Amino acid sequence: MESHTPIMTRKTSLKRRKGSLQRKETMAGWLFVAPMLTGVSVLTLLPIVATLILGFSEWNFVAGIEGLTWVGFNNFQRLIQDPSFVTALFNNLIFLLAIPIYMVIALVLAILIDRYVYGKAFFKVAFFMPYISSVVAVAVVWQVLFHPSAGPINQFLLALGIQNPPKWIADPAFALPSIMLIYIWISIGFNMVVYIAGLQTIPKDLYEAAEIDGANAWVKFRQITVPLLSRASFFLLITGIISTFKVFDLIAILTQGGPIQSTSVLVWYLYETAFVNLEIGYASAIAMILFSCVLGVTLLQWVIQKKWVID
Amino acid sequence: MLKIFDWKKGLLTVLLFAFSMLFLSPFLWMVSTSFKIEADVFVFPIEWIPKNWNAWNNYKEVWFGPYPFSLYYWNSIKVSVLTTLISCAVSTFAAYGFSKIRFAAGKWLFFIVLATYMIPQQAILVPQFILYRSIGLFDSHLGLILLNSFSVLGTFMLRQFFMGVHDEYIESAKIDGAGHWRIFWQIALPIVRPAVATYAILRFIWTWNDYLNPLIFLRTDHLYTIQLAIQKFTTINGEFYSLNMAAAVSGIILLLVIFIIGQKSVIDGINVGGVKG
Repeated sequence: MESHTPIMTRKTSLKRRKGSLQRKETMAGWLFVAPMLTGVSVLTLLPIVATLILGFSEWNFVAGIEGLTWVGFNNFQRLIQDPSFVTALFNNLIFLLAIPIYMVIALVLAILIDRYVYGKAFFKVAFFMPYISSVVAVAVVWQVLFHPSAGPINQFLLALGIQNPPKWIADPAFALPSIMLIYIWISIGFNMVVYIAGLQTIPKDLYEAAEIDGANAWVKFRQITVPLLSRASFFLLITGIISTFKVFDLIAILTQGGPIQSTSVLVWYLYETAFVNLEIGYASAIAMILFSCVLGVTLLQWVIQKKWVID
Repeated sequence: MLKIFDWKKGLLTVLLFAFSMLFLSPFLWMVSTSFKIEADVFVFPIEWIPKNWNAWNNYKEVWFGPYPFSLYYWNSIKVSVLTTLISCAVSTFAAYGFSKIRFAAGKWLFFIVLATYMIPQQAILVPQFILYRSIGLFDSHLGLILLNSFSVLGTFMLRQFFMGVHDEYIESAKIDGAGHWRIFWQIALPIVRPAVATYAILRFIWTWNDYLNPLIFLRTDHLYTIQLAIQKFTTINGEFYSLNMAAAVSGIILLLVIFIIGQKSVIDGINVGGVKG
């Protein structure tokens, strides 16, 4: 019984020392993550809270904080009835069509480059170049290539005997598809690189086993390559959807939403509302729609991932 | 028999090369046009190699004319280099803190930081703009640099690599009396250095190519980055396409050099980090 006390004290002192060590560890932890936390809080968390609040108000920030009036759901009611907004949202949905197109081309290119051609390095760089180059520079180039009368593309089409080639970005019917075409051209490289990395994780003996069973190239593609790339495909699909909702640079430089709103998309309309028309509240409501779209896709990803993807 | 040359593979290579020209021809056209006199720009069939050479004058106008790219290049280099340095520092500190220091709040803080990745920057532009106006960071390079310096993607990427550093190293350093600051600099950072380099290249490219942020947060002409300068230059010069192409070539050339040198890093980084951010 007498020996009990010293053991207790030793235990408590050990505990206390452990406690002070843990406190030191916590302190170090906070110090290391502090710069990141500060930046994220001030530049991301604070603004998103502000967006949520401003979306329910009407405000011209030149008038100062007193000029802010609370309007409840008015902004959102106005959005549903605003044909410009509906057009912009609809154009974003059309833009989704670019995703399967560039994914299929990227997949075919990845397989060809990975297995069936010489000069892998050259092709990787060639198809990746549009992705690495700035959108502003390539947009300036495409602007001239698409020139309705004198541009190289239409001169070529005329030379082929096509009488009335499209006016591309100057024609309301062709403007959005033209932008999507450039977008596809830019996106293929990135998707291809992800697919090539995916292909390299597929064990070769699977193909050898399939060959022994007499499988042809198409069967191998359908039964081995496509399923084992589902993880990469899913990743590309989700990030692709999210990126199309953020499309802005190409439109800002090439068409400014025109002609007659045929290329207006969510972010372009948001930009116009906020920085040209200076309607802060209404722009914040658009920002909330954009945020909801991205959030929705991200949550969908979490839900589907487990069911859909083969590891 | 040993196959030296596979004819099928050779044929596919030729076909794919033809297809790759669809991707490269806009670039080739851009470069060749930037060397031409204006009257030859739309000559058809296209003169891929200019007959009337005007490269010197075009590039002189772009770099040292009334709208000098020498200045905008310097602005872009300054902004991109400083953003890259700060972003690498902030992200490696945070990545180390989140992966190698055990503290109760750590998990939660990481979850919060990661969750902010879902917020598209376009959705918070307006409040950021108002914030910048009120704290005096608007229309300054410092403001622009800070905007891209707190990358969740960078932190996430680097954290993956720090997690690969064995805890035994850190434990034994602690027993020898080293604090986290020393462990970070002398043990952990040297191990993840290649990953930091990869992230640095990506961050540099993304910052260099950033158009939206400079568009919103810069007003004064002489602060413009190269992306704004290309746009402004092409607006001012209108249909002077040979000059505009020289501007576009100038905007891309540095990145191409960096990309070709750091090709493997860039592509590996794309695969680890995924999306642009």
